[in-house]
Amino acid sequence: MTWVGRSLKRFEDAPLLTGRARFMADAAIGARAVRFVRSPIAAGRIARIDIPDGVSAVTGADLIGVKPFRPRLNRSDFTPIEQPILPTDRVRFVGEPVVAVIAETPEAAEDAVDSVAVRFEPTPAVTDFVSALKADAPRVHDHAPANTVVDAKIRPPAVEAAFATAAHTVAIAIRSGRQSAFPLETRGARADYDPATGRTTLTVSTQMPHIVRTGLADVLGMREDDLRVVAPAVGGGFGQKMCPTPEYVVLIWLARRLKGSFAWIEDRHENLMASFHSRDQAHTVKGAFAADGKLLAIDVDLLCNIGAYSCFPVTHGVEPLMAMAEFPGPYDFPAYAARARAITTNTCPMAPYRGVSRPAITLAMERLMDTAAAKLGLDPVAIRRRNLVATFPYTSATGIKYDAGAYREALEIAAEKVDLPGFRARQMAARAEGRYLGIGFATFNERTGYGTPAFAPRMMDVTLGYETVEVAMDPSGFVEARIGASPHGQGLATTLAQIIADELGVAPDTIRVIHGDTDRTPYGWGTFASRGIVIVGGACKIAAAKLAVRLRAVAATLLQTEAGKVELADGRAALAGGPASIPIAELARAAYHQAHQFKDQPDIGLSARATYDPDGTYSNACHVAIVEVDVETGGVRLERFLAVEDAGRLVNPTIVDGQVRGGIVQGIANALFEEILYDQAGNILTTSLMDYAVPTAAEIPPIEIHHLETITDASITGAKGVGEGGAIGAPAAVINAVADAVESLGVAVYEMPIAPQRLRALIRAATGKKR
Amino acid sequence: MKPAPFAYHAPRSLADAVRLLTELGDDAKVLAGGQSLVAAMNFRLARPAALVDINRIASLDFVNSEGGTLRIGALARHARFERPLVEGVLGGLLPYVARHIAHLPIRSRGTFAGSLAHADPASEWCLVARTLDAEIVLTGPKAERRVPAADYFQGVFTTALRSDEIVSEIRIPLPGAGWHGGFAEFSRRAGDFALAMCLALIRIEGGRIAEAKIGIGGGADRPLRIAAAERALVGQAPDAAAFAAAADIAAREIDPMSDIHADADYRRDLVGAMTRRALAHALRA
Ligand SMILES: Cc1cc2nc3c(=O)[nH]c(=O)nc-3n(C[C@H](O)[C@H](O)[C@H](O)COP(=O)(O)OP(=O)(O)OC[C@H]3O[C@@H](n4cnc5c(N)ncnc54)[C@H](O)[C@@H]3O)c2cc1C
Repeated sequence: MTWVGRSLKRFEDAPLLTGRARFMADAAIGARAVRFVRSPIAAGRIARIDIPDGVSAVTGADLIGVKPFRPRLNRSDFTPIEQPILPTDRVRFVGEPVVAVIAETPEAAEDAVDSVAVRFEPTPAVTDFVSALKADAPRVHDHAPANTVVDAKIRPPAVEAAFATAAHTVAIAIRSGRQSAFPLETRGARADYDPATGRTTLTVSTQMPHIVRTGLADVLGMREDDLRVVAPAVGGGFGQKMCPTPEYVVLIWLARRLKGSFAWIEDRHENLMASFHSRDQAHTVKGAFAADGKLLAIDVDLLCNIGAYSCFPVTHGVEPLMAMAEFPGPYDFPAYAARARAITTNTCPMAPYRGVSRPAITLAMERLMDTAAAKLGLDPVAIRRRNLVATFPYTSATGIKYDAGAYREALEIAAEKVDLPGFRARQMAARAEGRYLGIGFATFNERTGYGTPAFAPRMMDVTLGYETVEVAMDPSGFVEARIGASPHGQGLATTLAQIIADELGVAPDTIRVIHGDTDRTPYGWGTFASRGIVIVGGACKIAAAKLAVRLRAVAATLLQTEAGKVELADGRAALAGGPASIPIAELARAAYHQAHQFKDQPDIGLSARATYDPDGTYSNACHVAIVEVDVETGGVRLERFLAVEDAGRLVNPTIVDGQVRGGIVQGIANALFEEILYDQAGNILTTSLMDYAVPTAAEIPPIEIHHLETITDASITGAKGVGEGGAIGAPAAVINAVADAVESLGVAVYEMPIAPQRLRALIRAATGKKR
Repeated sequence: MKPAPFAYHAPRSLADAVRLLTELGDDAKVLAGGQSLVAAMNFRLARPAALVDINRIASLDFVNSEGGTLRIGALARHARFERPLVEGVLGGLLPYVARHIAHLPIRSRGTFAGSLAHADPASEWCLVARTLDAEIVLTGPKAERRVPAADYFQGVFTTALRSDEIVSEIRIPLPGAGWHGGFAEFSRRAGDFALAMCLALIRIEGGRIAEAKIGIGGGADRPLRIAAAERALVGQAPDAAAFAAAADIAAREIDPMSDIHADADYRRDLVGAMTRRALAHALRA
């Protein structure tokens, strides 16, 4: 009997569901409250700061010796930009922290913020691509002309030749609106100085405790071992909680300076205004197609609005470079040209968000496919069938190797399940009644679980990737797995225990996963980029296998046999084919307390350590959305959503379904609901839940999931990453469906979110009905 | 997201509450369900120096119908209207409307009178009050005033209510026999304030519309009746053509607001669509 593959209930859930888990605001109790005076203007000079008597506050001028954040890539098409911790001269976006105030309670801290007077002298701001790219545009950073801070290009000669001879050229322009990752729990942290050791502990709602420690220690000029970083229960992150931010620097600085405890809990208004945004992109895409619909070449121009500053450690190159490298997606075509630019503007900085650029590039590619299909008289399934990669391993136009997947199978199964011909008949009948139904397909692949080999070509100062795990059995036979990564809702405490349990022959509930504490865990990266189960899971498997070797050796001595003949299963070490067996817990006792019997062992006790650093493995899926558009209001009702996905081996099917569903909901939000908006002057217009339309359960249809399981050796557990796929495919499926619904009206949809007002405006323009 | 400091009073009688409001002056606010006021205080958009909490004034907690009038006390919560309270056309219509207001927890606290005092242009109850020609009873330090809904609503969050007065009661004349009512609204998400809505009542006599009340909410700065649309309906057969014509008039007549979810052109489109749908609903319901 194996544990991998079973839908075990999550070990995490009992404390979460009974309110016993400690989140950041619980951890903040007892510390003095810190709150930030934030810039009300998008661009300008700080002329004067007046802090009334009796108010404790810190300004940039106080932070002597604290360095700015300056994440970098070592490549010539990258321009580094600096973020001051608290600016002393210039502000660059609405919400930028300028002054930190300290009070006894959060309420008093808000009063104190109100009492601080900062005089700003506004200067012209740029918020969008068009104005930022003008030659005479105001510069967000003086050394970056045309506000361009990444300008990467690939243009092999074959591309021009392909376009010159292609039967059809299809050109589209895509717009992907700005979105917030919007974790249920906002950011927050608490810093405590320990006078006994001189160390400071930062408890912080983060996905990456080790790299946050590195980043913070660097700007503060601290020894890393003087800083301990602890993540409590984290209520979602989705990328927004990867990077260290100025607020955390100020807390540590205060704790060390004033030798006390200081906490900041972000409120929702701040979160929407000043926590990393994402997805603000515009693509111009040209595809060259043969007469039969075969894609021959792509030429794409990718613009990413990265906001005012960069993000450590992934930098502001993360969106454009990801978009450029992964644009070819699941399609087999030989010639690819791209230009990818990062544009800095007077808006909140960008950071990775579930899917990172791929929701936008998948939208672009899938709209291109449907547009080409319409032009060539093909149906959406036929054009995809003709172009999907079918033989593996495959090397993409950007030189990335795809391990095996089920690209065509996913498409065929999805098409069958939704009964495309049946739907078309229903669609025709509905149209006769004045109802507009539409169907949208999105096929995509996703690089997941990639280590340093995949990150290295980005030439990062900090090359991410590997994960290290320490697995140790204590004398009572219980197991601790210490991981450098830090889950924030993915259920790794359960799934990793399942993987380890199978190697050790013990039950998963005897295994505790330790994470989120730099004092207790080996250096590692964290949970992002659909990597947890692949890389941490792989490292757990290797480390547990090593530990199993030790257990077998101990058992062999006690059972007076050879290690090769010992089997570990059901909590016992047994002689293969014989009746003799010992409980594994007894092996543990012996290993620690009868160590003199095991002199031949390399080490005393029972522990093993392993690092896994794979190249990466490709997941894939086909998503289908069926919608009904209310043409009078522009409202879109989702009737059905189907995902056929292949993420390799399912360690815990229920958890996989949860990941897929959650991603799809965020993707639907991306397609129809959520958008951060700024006005021309750079004022943010969407800082409450009234304006930033996070969908509710009422707007989400039931989501049907069908799994395929292609196992490849690119992942040592056979599992592929599943964290982001839902968010990657859903937007394109939904937008394709909306476009299909209104196509007969002559309406073309190439933007998301397609809020009702926007869709209605397109319909109004196309149908020409004026009042 | 924490309110600025304020003083708190919880009087037990309407007279005490009014006296407190008079003493405390302009900086005091009535606290009813708190579903608009407390949110505004947490955002520090509202900074009342004092709150006069009316939740303990038992005499304000009533809903009844006497002599053809539905009387709604200041503490009647939205949720109370989710079940039929009266006979006739409003019996089914009010619960249908009530379920469009916010979410259940908000409906369990927020009050009908609080909605009228707050006067959000997209409030369902404000639309109901305006369309059905309600009378709003305002109790102040001197006397009670009864203000017709047509005069009460003056703009976005602006009404005839004075700072020393309390909306103590709302009186809605019950439509008689022969009336049909329908309602339609469009919002982005379940529970959101509507971007536009219409409450339509028609009285049908001998197969023709004899009287009509067309109320629009969320379209302009206050709930409005569209007299031209009402006139156009009278004398017509209640059919799709008549409804479409009335809807076109409503869309044309409205002076639409504009915000990030709905610009003026879009609001006009919605007002038209909701008017037609509310009329169609009236015929079905
Ligand atoms: C998420 C959300 C969604 C919502 N959606 C909707 C919606 O779709 N439709 C809708 O109509 N409303 C909606 N609301 C608002 C809700 O209905 C409020 O309850 C209502 O607007 C105010 O009623 P209240 O009793 O809560 O008043 P309070 O919040 O207590 O007070 C509101 C204002 O009215 C004054 N006031 C209250 N009662 C009186 C009185 N008797 N006399 C004098 N002044 C008084 C207060 O001083 C204050 O200025 C929503 C609210 C939220 C939080």
